[in-house]
Amino acid sequence: MSMNYDAAVAAYEPTLGLEVHVELNTKSKMFCSCSTEFGAEPNTQTCPVCLGLPGSLPVVNGKAIESSILIGLALNCSIAPFSRFARKNYFYPDMPKNFQTSQYDEPICVDGYLDVEIETDEGPKKFRVEIERVHMEEDTGKSLHVGGSTGRIHGAEYSLLDYNRAGIPLVEIVTRIVPGTGKYAPQVARAYVTELRDILRSLGVSDVKMEQGSLRCDANVSIAPIGSGKLGTRSETKNVNSLRSVERAVSGEIERQANRLESGERIIQETRHFLEESGQTRPGRSKETAEDYRYFPEPDLVPVTPDADWIEELRKRIPEKPSIRRKRLQEEWNVPAKEMESMVNAELLDVVEETVKLGSDATRARSWWLGEVSRLANEKEVAPTSLITAAQVAEVIALIAGGELTDKLARQVVEGVINGEGTPREVIDKRGLKVVSDDSALMVAIEAAIAAQPDTAERIRGGNIPAAGALIGAVMKATGGQADAAKVRELLLKHLGQG
Amino acid sequence: MTHIYSTAAQMSAALAAKEVSSVDLTKEHLARIAQVDTDVHAFLYVDKEGALAQAEAADKLRAAGGAISPLAGVPLALKDVLAQKGIPTTCGSKMLENWRPPYDSTVVTKLKAAGVVILGKTNMDEFAMGSSTENSAYGPTHNPWDLDRIPGGSGGGSAAALAAFEAPLAIGTDTGGSIRQPAAVTGTVGVKPTYGGVSRYGLVAFSSSLDQAGPCARTVLDTALLHEVIAGYDERDSTSINQAVPDVVAAAKRQEVKGMKIGVVKELGGDGFQAGVSQRFQEALEILVANGAEIVEVSCPNFEYALAAYYLIAPSEASSNLARFDSMRYGIRVGDDGTVGAEEVMRATRHLGFGPEVKRRIILGTYALSSGYYDAYYGSAQKVRTLIKRDYEKAFESVDVLVSPTCPTTAFKIGEKSDDPLAMYLNDIATIPVNMAGIGGMSLPCGLAPEDNLPVGFQIMSPVMQDDRMYRVGGTLEAALVSKWGQPLLSAETKLAVK
Repeated sequence: MSMNYDAAVAAYEPTLGLEVHVELNTKSKMFCSCSTEFGAEPNTQTCPVCLGLPGSLPVVNGKAIESSILIGLALNCSIAPFSRFARKNYFYPDMPKNFQTSQYDEPICVDGYLDVEIETDEGPKKFRVEIERVHMEEDTGKSLHVGGSTGRIHGAEYSLLDYNRAGIPLVEIVTRIVPGTGKYAPQVARAYVTELRDILRSLGVSDVKMEQGSLRCDANVSIAPIGSGKLGTRSETKNVNSLRSVERAVSGEIERQANRLESGERIIQETRHFLEESGQTRPGRSKETAEDYRYFPEPDLVPVTPDADWIEELRKRIPEKPSIRRKRLQEEWNVPAKEMESMVNAELLDVVEETVKLGSDATRARSWWLGEVSRLANEKEVAPTSLITAAQVAEVIALIAGGELTDKLARQVVEGVINGEGTPREVIDKRGLKVVSDDSALMVAIEAAIAAQPDTAERIRGGNIPAAGALIGAVMKATGGQADAAKVRELLLKHLGQG
Repeated sequence: MTHIYSTAAQMSAALAAKEVSSVDLTKEHLARIAQVDTDVHAFLYVDKEGALAQAEAADKLRAAGGAISPLAGVPLALKDVLAQKGIPTTCGSKMLENWRPPYDSTVVTKLKAAGVVILGKTNMDEFAMGSSTENSAYGPTHNPWDLDRIPGGSGGGSAAALAAFEAPLAIGTDTGGSIRQPAAVTGTVGVKPTYGGVSRYGLVAFSSSLDQAGPCARTVLDTALLHEVIAGYDERDSTSINQAVPDVVAAAKRQEVKGMKIGVVKELGGDGFQAGVSQRFQEALEILVANGAEIVEVSCPNFEYALAAYYLIAPSEASSNLARFDSMRYGIRVGDDGTVGAEEVMRATRHLGFGPEVKRRIILGTYALSSGYYDAYYGSAQKVRTLIKRDYEKAFESVDVLVSPTCPTTAFKIGEKSDDPLAMYLNDIATIPVNMAGIGGMSLPCGLAPEDNLPVGFQIMSPVMQDDRMYRVGGTLEAALVSKWGQPLLSAETKLAVK
């Protein structure tokens, strides 16, 4: 009889640990000046250094150090006044030097924390996730194993190697074990990665795109019988490529391990791969016979010794924590949590805030950015913010509020701005999109509508107000949409003795 | 009249006076190489066309009357461990047979910029591991003084080329004595500059924290002229020192040592040193005293452990540095018949590509870095290194330079120590402490040992970035010795084993 998740967490206490790899968005690689641009032709962004050619030497990218310190500061870490790179030695074809240059026992940032909040049965609850370390390292190249059924090196007919990724700066953020999450381990894991992603984005140090691999999460999970006070053997699940997968991978692992223990088997310390379709994990490399990486300090690099004044300068650049900012804006704008979430997920919170600062109403700003502008951006497959500025959207919203534009006309104005026809005002002038607000011109149209539908007019006179819709529609059609519908309604009802 | 017996400074003057063209000078040396190198085997590759093209360019530049560096047009022999674009760079190993680097090392870039003519690449112990050049995969180099004897190592090719008048200038690299010991046993001058004084970019690494490229010639002044060309900060080498290069040329010309305090290292002499070596060393000290220097005895108690510590640190770093030779990207490839995997191909390639001494050191280093052994071996060796540094620092508080014989013996016979690695390692007992501390060291000839008529080397050591001090002492000693002998140790009259 297999155990479901609820039964598993009723019997076992899960313990969580998370390792997040972040690709920094520096222009050049960690130890050379090659470009880090994503998606270039294979092996076009390489040089003697990142190919590990004999005689070549690494030089640390200062921008990567700056980004790492920013990350450490945002995660409440201490910044080491002295840290070093080490060599992690192992053979693999996608590693040009057959060692990875990585920080080991002397990382740049240590001892931080990140508080996350999740919904529990008893309401919102805060968990503190302690950060053990933040360290820098270089990425490896990419292997593509061709032929064979598994896409793995064993059984492949041949393998292709792309070293464009070799040497891309990575930052690894490692938590201490997170105890006491109980059945909420999966939600805590997700909340942590979400919060971390938002922080990294707010720092501007990474693209944090899980699907492109610029943010990768390894979830360490172990379980032990509740009350045993022990730690179980852990597994490390890789290939977790979305926030939802983080949650599924953790719950799936808890369930799998519980079932193994229930059937009298032991947990093997190993790396497992998350399978997106099934939500299950499959075994990877066993870590029982620990690989000896023969770490030693990298003699080709000098220690990293950031100046205390510089660290303080960087501290001033740390923005408000995204979760706190979200709460503040939600209160200020008085919008539902769901709307906040949609803005965050669409990466439009910044521009909406800017639009609001320029005087727009928050709900209107949100609906323009997430609605019409996003729709046009989707059609063009570009980011909404690349099409139109916050100032232009704010101007359009102000014109609507001032009665100079209707929503329908405003959409045409936005389209014109995006097409490069000029500022909103210029588009209005060029396209002649002025609202018809001249009462006498409107009255002509109203009288024409009444003449065309005398029966409807009669019903309105008799007190059937909803019937006015048909006549208002006719007037709007006759004026090409340039009339203010509310104004038409007011004039029409007054004319028919209902005003 | 041939110019090959001239010094580089004399050649430079002859070029400036238009007494000879660089093309003719280069042809004279190419002819000499053709004449003697079948016996000496100093060169692994002679770049006849390239050298003549560089010579022609230097002549044109001179004819145009532009600013020209002192060594422009003077030929040079380059140790095969330095990358030169498009020219085979084998490091004396089968592994890199026919590898042509796609880039220039910084040393080569500087040589080219100064108009120095690179004749070709010189023989060496495989990956600079050895003291006799017998570990070259391409056969040993023979000492021009006695073809049955070794020319020292690892830079035996460069030293032999100088002694056989195949080139007036050469580049060597020195990890534990590979410039100074070959200089000593061939009667030439060799300098290991302060670690970080000359860029290591493009120097195929043996032991990154110890390797240092340096100048070799037949006189102290020529060595200084070459030192000036290749030294200086390089942003491609993180360990290079960002300070002005000491004025070594002025120091070499100074020829006085009045009031200088010279320390004789007690531990680097006496027992185990050949009688004739000690005798010539003592005579040289007397000359320095006669020139107004004060001699004091200095004790460096931790030097006793230098050799043992060196043979942990150097192989440890080598085991990692040489991991990149895996046949995936360059070099030879063995066993890739389409039926075996990458790992098998790597294994077969490394099995065939590396010689026994290289394998011995890779195994030694891999062991020393292994978890569980790291602290006892690599860790302890680093502590010894710190103690050696302190010994030097303490000594330099009371003296300006330190001196010792460069090697315990004169050149031994080819094959004599091949089966006894420990006896071979002992050859470097007096040179290794210099590398461990990162200071500067020079070897210059101080006569022939009476018992075997073979050259004896005198070593001068100077503090970090005070390289000018050893040139001052060396220049003075050399002038006094030449005046005593009536001619330089190596001149057209010298009875070499090659005509």
